[in-house]
Amino acid sequence: MPNELAFLPCAVVTLAGAVAAMMLRNLVHCALCAAGAFAGLAALYLQLDAQFAGFAQLLVYVGAVAILIVFTIILTRGADLRPGAAATSPAPWVGLLAAGLVVACLIGCLVSSPSLNRLPAATADAPVKSIGEQLMNQYVMPLEAIGLLLTAALLGAVVIALREPPKSEPPTR
Amino acid sequence: MNGLDQVFVWLGHWLASWFPVPAQPLVLAVLAMAGIITVFGTCFALTTIVERKTLGRMQNRYGPNRVGPCGLLQPIADAVKMLIKEDIVPFSADKTLHYLAPLVLTVPIWLAFAVLPFGRNMSAVDLNAGILFFFAIGSASELAVFMAGWSSQNKYSLVGAMRAIAQMISYEVPLVLSTVPVLMLAGSLSLNDIVAAQGTFTYGGLARWNAFTPWGLAGLLLFLIAATAESNRSPFDLPEGESEIIAGYLTEYSGFKYALFFLGEYLGLFAVTGLAVTLFLGGWHAPFQWLEWAPSWFWFGVKFGALIFLFIWVRATLPRLRLDQLLNFSWRFLVPLSLINLLVAAVWWRTGAWKFAAEAPARWLLCAALIALPFHWLGRALRGPLPPPRKYTYAE
Repeated sequence: MPNELAFLPCAVVTLAGAVAAMMLRNLVHCALCAAGAFAGLAALYLQLDAQFAGFAQLLVYVGAVAILIVFTIILTRGADLRPGAAATSPAPWVGLLAAGLVVACLIGCLVSSPSLNRLPAATADAPVKSIGEQLMNQYVMPLEAIGLLLTAALLGAVVIALREPPKSEPPTR
Repeated sequence: MNGLDQVFVWLGHWLASWFPVPAQPLVLAVLAMAGIITVFGTCFALTTIVERKTLGRMQNRYGPNRVGPCGLLQPIADAVKMLIKEDIVPFSADKTLHYLAPLVLTVPIWLAFAVLPFGRNMSAVDLNAGILFFFAIGSASELAVFMAGWSSQNKYSLVGAMRAIAQMISYEVPLVLSTVPVLMLAGSLSLNDIVAAQGTFTYGGLARWNAFTPWGLAGLLLFLIAATAESNRSPFDLPEGESEIIAGYLTEYSGFKYALFFLGEYLGLFAVTGLAVTLFLGGWHAPFQWLEWAPSWFWFGVKFGALIFLFIWVRATLPRLRLDQLLNFSWRFLVPLSLINLLVAAVWWRTGAWKFAAEAPARWLLCAALIALPFHWLGRALRGPLPPPRKYTYAE
């Protein structure tokens, strides 16, 4: 099955990108490796025939989130770590513990999920269309709530970034 | 349906029939890729010479006329020059990223051609979410531009890359928003379905293209403006504003890597032009029913060429914008208009059920007014009051 063969390179790219994003010393390299990991994840979704999720992953994570990370690095400080600084955190076990807990949680959910026993569904005729219909009917309230939340975040960012004119003189245009 | 129409499809299947059956889908895919790379690679070479000749003609000069008859072999000379030029990598550059950036820019753009229907039965893959694929693939180019600008370790490169990314992000919003009415009314994200939805004829054989509706016309114009900016072409070519920042993120590139960036830019333009043809100009359908005898790929090519010529014409005509004008134009003019256009498309869909005498012109005029009036008001509000008339004094 070529589909199963495709899993391996996608998984390798995702994992290698994620590991490199943690280990590299140069922050810009880390951000770009993270983008690579996002792209690998998108390829994994596509390999599972989830076109919408895969393309949305590419569009949102590679197109927007990676650019956002890169901009943040450029605007806040230099890309290189200070020469003497340690690359690892002083208490790595905290991170390991958190990661282990998350993995345990996910495995627990997966094992207890009923979808494990279900037979793989035949390819849906128009999955993108059905996703759209679900979003617009059953899940329209969560969708609107997320939209509102993002708008609020956007407004907040604008308010923070807004430079107030000096109080003494009237603002000039 | 005549034989000429399907000649490429038959050719592909005939070539594939020489291979064992399990390998045939793979062979067909490879053949489609080879076709796309050949056709659009040649298109790139032709466009460079046509663009330089046309610009020359519009600016009252000859353009290239030394290599070959009328300078027609100029692209070959350019390609040879680019290939044998020394490839200079700055000493302080981030070598890996500097090397990868042109590849990350060019490779995904080739993929975007896969979903475009170039003729009847002539799209390399028919994806359910074709247009989503197109935009998702295009999002890699922003990262490539950043990689190029940052890895060069040059202030001009970085400033150019930042400008380019700001511009691409700003204009991606109207670009995508202007396609949404088409998707809404066609009810599909697949480009083949969108072409099929424009395939019928009305009023004595006039095609039912989206560009012939008010929202389609407005959408086409918005799309073309945003596409010009997305592909960094004049009048939106600030990232390479040579009078300010040398050549932007291309400053530290030479030889074939520079040529790859050039190729990527033109391919991006071709891809987005092909998408405009598909979404608004009926794809491979003929404009009139009595013209349907011509092969479908011919019509795609004609519309494609016309739009490319339009881009060259605009480049020869308009001066470059300033950065603040550029961003304001997108966020305060194009984005609101494309949102209004969404509403107009909804009104158009609703009024489709109208039944009275002269309902079609009334519907057309109503929708056209709904988009034209905001255009007028927004334009006036953004322009502000006109300056007092200029007084000219002449030396006697």
